[in-house]
Amino acid sequence: MSEITTSTDILTEEVTHEHSHVHRDDFGAKIGMWLFLFTELLLFGGLFILYMAYRVQYSEAFHFAAKELNIGLGTLNTIVLLTSSLTMALSIAALQRHKKQLSLFLLGSTIFMALLFMVNKYFEWSAKFSHGIFPGSADLMDRDKGEIVFFGMYYAMTGLHGLHVIIGVILLSFMYVFVKRGSVNPDNYIKLENSGLYWHLVDLIWIFLFPLFYLLH
Amino acid sequence: MSNPATNVNSVNYLEYTGKYKGIFAWIFSTDHKRIGLMYLWGMALFFIVGISLGFVMKSEMLNPGKDLIDAQTYNAIFTLHGVIMIFLVIIPGIPAVFGNFFLPIQIGAKDVSFPRLNLLSWWLFLIGGILAVMSIFLPGGPIDAGWTFYVPYALRSSTNVSVALLAAFILGFSSILTGLNFITTVHRLRAPGMTFFRMPLFIWSLYSTAWIQVIATPVVGITIVLVIIERLFSIGIFDPALGGDPILFQHLFWIYSHPAVYIMILPAMGIVSEIIPTFARRTIFGYKAIAFSSLAIAFIGYFVWAHHMFTTGISDFSRMVFSFLTFIVAIPSGVKIFNWVATMYKGSIDARTPFLFVMMFIFLFSIGGLTGLVLGNLATDVHVHDTYFVVAHFHYVMFGGTIMILFAGLHYWFPKMFGRMYNERIANISVFIIFIGFNMLYFTMFILGYMGMPRRYWDYLPEYQPLHIISTIGSYILITGLLLMIYNLVKGYYSGKKAEQNPWGGVTLEWSVPSPPPLENFEVIPTVEHEPYHFETHEEVK
Repeated sequence: MSEITTSTDILTEEVTHEHSHVHRDDFGAKIGMWLFLFTELLLFGGLFILYMAYRVQYSEAFHFAAKELNIGLGTLNTIVLLTSSLTMALSIAALQRHKKQLSLFLLGSTIFMALLFMVNKYFEWSAKFSHGIFPGSADLMDRDKGEIVFFGMYYAMTGLHGLHVIIGVILLSFMYVFVKRGSVNPDNYIKLENSGLYWHLVDLIWIFLFPLFYLLH
Repeated sequence: MSNPATNVNSVNYLEYTGKYKGIFAWIFSTDHKRIGLMYLWGMALFFIVGISLGFVMKSEMLNPGKDLIDAQTYNAIFTLHGVIMIFLVIIPGIPAVFGNFFLPIQIGAKDVSFPRLNLLSWWLFLIGGILAVMSIFLPGGPIDAGWTFYVPYALRSSTNVSVALLAAFILGFSSILTGLNFITTVHRLRAPGMTFFRMPLFIWSLYSTAWIQVIATPVVGITIVLVIIERLFSIGIFDPALGGDPILFQHLFWIYSHPAVYIMILPAMGIVSEIIPTFARRTIFGYKAIAFSSLAIAFIGYFVWAHHMFTTGISDFSRMVFSFLTFIVAIPSGVKIFNWVATMYKGSIDARTPFLFVMMFIFLFSIGGLTGLVLGNLATDVHVHDTYFVVAHFHYVMFGGTIMILFAGLHYWFPKMFGRMYNERIANISVFIIFIGFNMLYFTMFILGYMGMPRRYWDYLPEYQPLHIISTIGSYILITGLLLMIYNLVKGYYSGKKAEQNPWGGVTLEWSVPSPPPLENFEVIPTVEHEPYHFETHEEVK
């Protein structure tokens, strides 16, 4: 009797195992994520093409307008974001090595730095606003058309990037909870890895935005 | 071990009850077959709305001056007709309905790679559709900027342009997720032995389409977002008053929207490549040529966008380059047409309803394609640009091409999807009526356009009236045919006789499972041993 029970148990386990195996395809999940990141690149690609076209058309105005951006804050944000990419990668590595607490700490640091980035961004934008430089403002409308377009591109591109940072914070917070609860664990960490890929993309976009707006003048 | 699997598969997907009941068993279902059907219902609804708008427009054009509606309403109606037909019917169209339903079955899989993402795509489609329809009723009034949303007018119009644009953005997102899902599914879930060159050609076309969806859609996504931001905050990127360049909008818009033309037509070509071998009872002629021509169309389709902009003042050199590239697209399209015709040569053709639709497609699409060359040619394009000639051309390729094949696919796979047959005699009559009405409606537009009738005009000179009358009568005949077809299908759905597993003698994998298919499609995942249209081993079905 006990023998039969055991064999049924094994059978059920095999079935559920097979079932979970069918639906789990880490490699497939990664293909999906890379394709998604590809679409993100193309999304920003449209903006980069516009930037290029207008830079050629209004090279002088872009040159002068870029001088008004705060290189200090831009550099600080670059450092913050690059470091957060490092802690993100380390967090995955820590989880793979079964160091859950370390992984959580590093993930938490990533989220913290993402928030720090947004706080800097807030100060930077509000400083611009107080100088009367924002879309549709009377001060800006008096300026050269090239400068209007420069700040239009600046707000559109850094704004969209900022939106991606906020989405990243939400995503990583979910991952924090998943790792803590153990549904993301050393045997099944594809979600964390894919979130990491997303976060590196956000970082990568900024690496291009920073020189284009702050350094080229 | 086989017991639980048999239990799940002992009922078909229509009867299966999971943890949700009633309508929730559909709108929360991650089953690719149910999702395909939900797209079908949604699209059928929007299609009927689109036809009704077309009906009102054609009735208005019966006489010069005002008949039914005033000029502003006419602007709103042609815009909505375009937005609904393009974004809600043709673009999701075949991939969303038949792709979802048959892609996993044809490659021998239980479902797509990301079933939950698939459901999300449908929800986004629904939300986008509702927003698009809502833009009619919200204060501000229905949009009047045309489905292309050209700036600067789209920035100045006081109508609900932003709502409609948001709808288009959400629909684009839905399209991207479907594409991403299909690419991954084709790479990861093919059955053992199903190599790339053993995939049915419908899968090849879906695969090419999915790449276009993933690569092209984000570009229009950002363009749409920028127009919304421009309307809300006047950032100056597309507004010439603030230094922006409206031509750049057109470039970015068509960088997506031209490849999107191939999102619309490639899956249709895939279905044609399925139907012709089945009814000619021969393997497809030039399998690899057809497969690669799908990829070639997808690829070349990226480099022709500026042929929509020949009259905007772009340089002569770029106009010549884009005109030349446009002619090149005709080559892979021609490869397909010749291979289809060669497949029929010496075949034992059984001219059933789906086959008749395909014949109609080849006729109409050839006219649409050849008049496309007239438009791709610089000298003639300047003459007929923005006239009824263009309207006729894209209705021949989009309606005569994609939608006719959507109907063909519906008649071909109807017995598999619903397990019932429709009345073939009535279906054949409806094909005939549609054919007559279609050509009366749109062929006269070629002549009108050639004579100089501009598109999107509410009023016209009296000398155009005879042709407008023929066109309008044609539209009534066409609608009669469509209603007859829809009636016949609905009747078949409720009271048609039970369909066999393989009513047409097809040899691709979907014909090896019961009609309608069980929940997980296959009892055992099949092992594929030969090419998709291998009629030699299936002589017994004759």
